[in-house]
Amino acid sequence: MILADILTGAIRSGTSVMLASQGELVSERAGVINLGTEGSMLGGALGGFAVTVWTGNPWLGALAGGLCGLLIASIHAFLVLSCGANQLATGLTIMFFGMGVTAFFGRGFVSEQIVGFNPVALPLLSDIPFLGPILFNHDPLTYLSILLVPLLWFVIFRTRIGIMLRTAGEREEVLFASGINAKLVRYLAVLAGGFLAGIGGAQLSIAYTHAWVENMTAGRGVVAVALVIFASWKPARAMLGAYLFGAAQALQLTVQQQGYAISPFFLFMAPYLLTLLALLIVERRKSSRTPEALGKVFAGEGSG
Amino acid sequence: MKTKRRASSVLLGALALIMLITGCSQPGSHSASSPSGGSSETSTASADASMGTGGSAVGFIFVGTKDDYGYNQAAYLGSVAVEEAYPDLKVLRAENVPETAEAERVMEQMIKDGAKIIFPTSYGHLEPALNVAKRHPDVVFFHQGGLKTANNVGTYFGTIWEPVYLAGVAAGKMSKTGKLGYIVSVPIPQVLLNVNAFTLGARSVNPDATTSVVFTGSWCDPGQQANATNSLIDGSVDVLSLHQDCMKTVIETAERRGVMTVGYHADASSLAPNGWITGSLWNWPELFVEMVKTAQDGQFKGSKFDGKYRGTLADNVVQLGSFGANVPADVVQYVEDQKKALLEGTLLPFKGPVKDQSGGVRIAEGETPTVEQLEGSDYLVEGVIGSIPK
Repeated sequence: MILADILTGAIRSGTSVMLASQGELVSERAGVINLGTEGSMLGGALGGFAVTVWTGNPWLGALAGGLCGLLIASIHAFLVLSCGANQLATGLTIMFFGMGVTAFFGRGFVSEQIVGFNPVALPLLSDIPFLGPILFNHDPLTYLSILLVPLLWFVIFRTRIGIMLRTAGEREEVLFASGINAKLVRYLAVLAGGFLAGIGGAQLSIAYTHAWVENMTAGRGVVAVALVIFASWKPARAMLGAYLFGAAQALQLTVQQQGYAISPFFLFMAPYLLTLLALLIVERRKSSRTPEALGKVFAGEGSG
Repeated sequence: MKTKRRASSVLLGALALIMLITGCSQPGSHSASSPSGGSSETSTASADASMGTGGSAVGFIFVGTKDDYGYNQAAYLGSVAVEEAYPDLKVLRAENVPETAEAERVMEQMIKDGAKIIFPTSYGHLEPALNVAKRHPDVVFFHQGGLKTANNVGTYFGTIWEPVYLAGVAAGKMSKTGKLGYIVSVPIPQVLLNVNAFTLGARSVNPDATTSVVFTGSWCDPGQQANATNSLIDGSVDVLSLHQDCMKTVIETAERRGVMTVGYHADASSLAPNGWITGSLWNWPELFVEMVKTAQDGQFKGSKFDGKYRGTLADNVVQLGSFGANVPADVVQYVEDQKKALLEGTLLPFKGPVKDQSGGVRIAEGETPTVEQLEGSDYLVEGVIGSIPK
C-alpha cells in the first residue's frame, strides 16, 4: 500500500514540475534555455488563481495561467532573440522578476478562496486494482498533462513543425536556406514553453493547493529546467524525471511518518539530491544529445 | 561536456547573484558584527525613563502577509488595535520580511522614520532585533516568542500550548482510528511543545492515540503542505493539525478527503464546514495596546514586559476556538470542563510523569515544569511518531 501511496504522491506533486519541464523542453529544442521558467510558473500560479477567483471558472483560470506564463516568457524571448542578450543571465533575471512582480500583484489574493479543480475518479478505470487509484483519481489538468506527453512526442518527432523546431535548435542556417524564419520559430517555442510552465503553475494554485502565496513554486521551475537535461530533451523522460522528483518528495514524507531516526533536513534534500544524481548518471553515460545551438547567443538570420 | 560547463556557469551566476543580494541588504551590519563589549552601558535611570518615549511612529514587521489566515494575520490585528488606540502614532508595517539581515535594514528604516517602539513578530526576527537594539538603546523592542532578551528588548508570547492541549483532547475524542497527524515547519521548541501538548491532550482521553509528525521545512509552502496532508491521510490519519503560518491548503485538502482538522493561529472553520473540530487562537489586540502604552509612558523598564512576558488562557491572550458543527455536544461539554479545570489550576497538562519517545522520563512524577522549562522543549513525548532533526 505504501508503494501505491508514494506513486500516487509522485503524480500529485510531480505534475506542476512535469508541465513546466515539457515547456522548457520545447524551448530548448529550439535552442533557447529559459531559466525564467520559475517566473513563468509563478505568473501562471497567480494569473490562474486570480481569474478563477474572478470568474469562478477554473478552465478560464488555467488558460489565463498559461497566458501569464507566456507573457513572462515573452520578455525572455525578446531580450534573448531580439536584443542578443545572454540566455542564462537573462533567464535568472526573469526568474527574480517573476518572483517580485507576482508577490506585488498577488498580495490581495492570499486570503481568497476558490473551488478550483478537484480530483475526479474516472469511472471503471479507477477501479482497476493497484493502478486505478494511482493513475485515475486526479484533477482534470493532471489527466491533460499526461495526454500532453505523447502528443508532444508526436509533434516534435513526427511532424513538419517538429522538424522546424529541432532544426532551429541545431542548424538555423538550414531553416534559413529553406526560407523559414528561424527567429520566429524560436520565438514561438519560447512562448509555448512559457505557456506550459504557466499551466504548470496554475495546476499548483488552482488544482493542487487551492491557494496563492508569494513564491509558492519554491524552486519547482528550476527543477523543471534541470530535468530537461536529465531527460535528454525527450518528453517521456522528462515526465519520468518529474514523477521521480515527486516520488522523492512523497517518499521523504512517508519515511518521516515511519519514525526512522533520519533527520528531516536530510530528507528535504533528497528530491534534489536524487535529481542531481540522475543528472550525473545521464551525463556520465553521454547518452544526452544537446541541441547544438542551445544557449548560443542568437546571431540573426543566416549568420549561424 | 558542453552542458556541464553551462551548468557550472549557471551555478556561478546564481552564487554571484546571491552575494550581490545579501551584500546589498546589510547596510550597517558592520557594527552588528562587533562584539557586545564595545557597546556602552546606557542603563542609567534617565535613559530608562526616556526609552521608547517620544516617537512619532510604531513599527511592526511580519514574516508573511497580513491576511494569511494565520500567525501574521493575528499579529496584524494587534497592530490595527494600536492604530485605533493611538491615532497620533503612525503605524509602520512591513510584510514578508525575511528572518535575515534584511530585517535589520527594515527596522533601521522604521527608526529613521520616527519609531521608538518596534514589534518584530517572527521567531527568527529576534537576532536581527537584538543587533538593532544594541545600536539604538532609546528604542524599545517587543519581540514575539523570543527566548532571549536585552536591556531594551522584551519578548512576549502566549501559553498557546494550553488551548492546543484542549484541542488535543477534542481530537482524541473525535478520532476513530486513534491516529492523529501534525504538519509542522522546523524543530524549534515552540513547535515541539505544541506537538507534545496536543498529543498529551489526545492521550488523556485515548491512551493509545498516536500523533504522526511531519516536518516540511517551511512556514508556508502550499505545495509541500498538500503533499504532507495527502501523505498523512494515506497513512490513515483521521484528524490533522498543523503548526504553519498559513493553513488554507491543509484545511481544505483534509476537508475534501473527509478528514477532520484542528486549526492554529486563526479561526478557519469556514474552510471546513464538515471536518472542523476546533483551533487555538491568538488574541493580541489588548495586549499590544497595553505594551505600547507602557513604553510610551516611559514605564518599560521594570514592567512585566521588560523580560519574558507570557500571556495565558486566563489572561485571554490565547484562546480555544469555536467548535465545528459536527462535534457532538458531549465532546464539547467534556472539553469545556477540561478548560475550566485548566483555568482553575486543577488541571496541569504537563504534570509529571511525562515520558519522551524513547520512554525516558522528562518530567518527574508529580512535578510541574515552569513556562521557561516548557519553552526549552527539545524532545517529543511518548505517542509521537517522527524524529527531531539533530
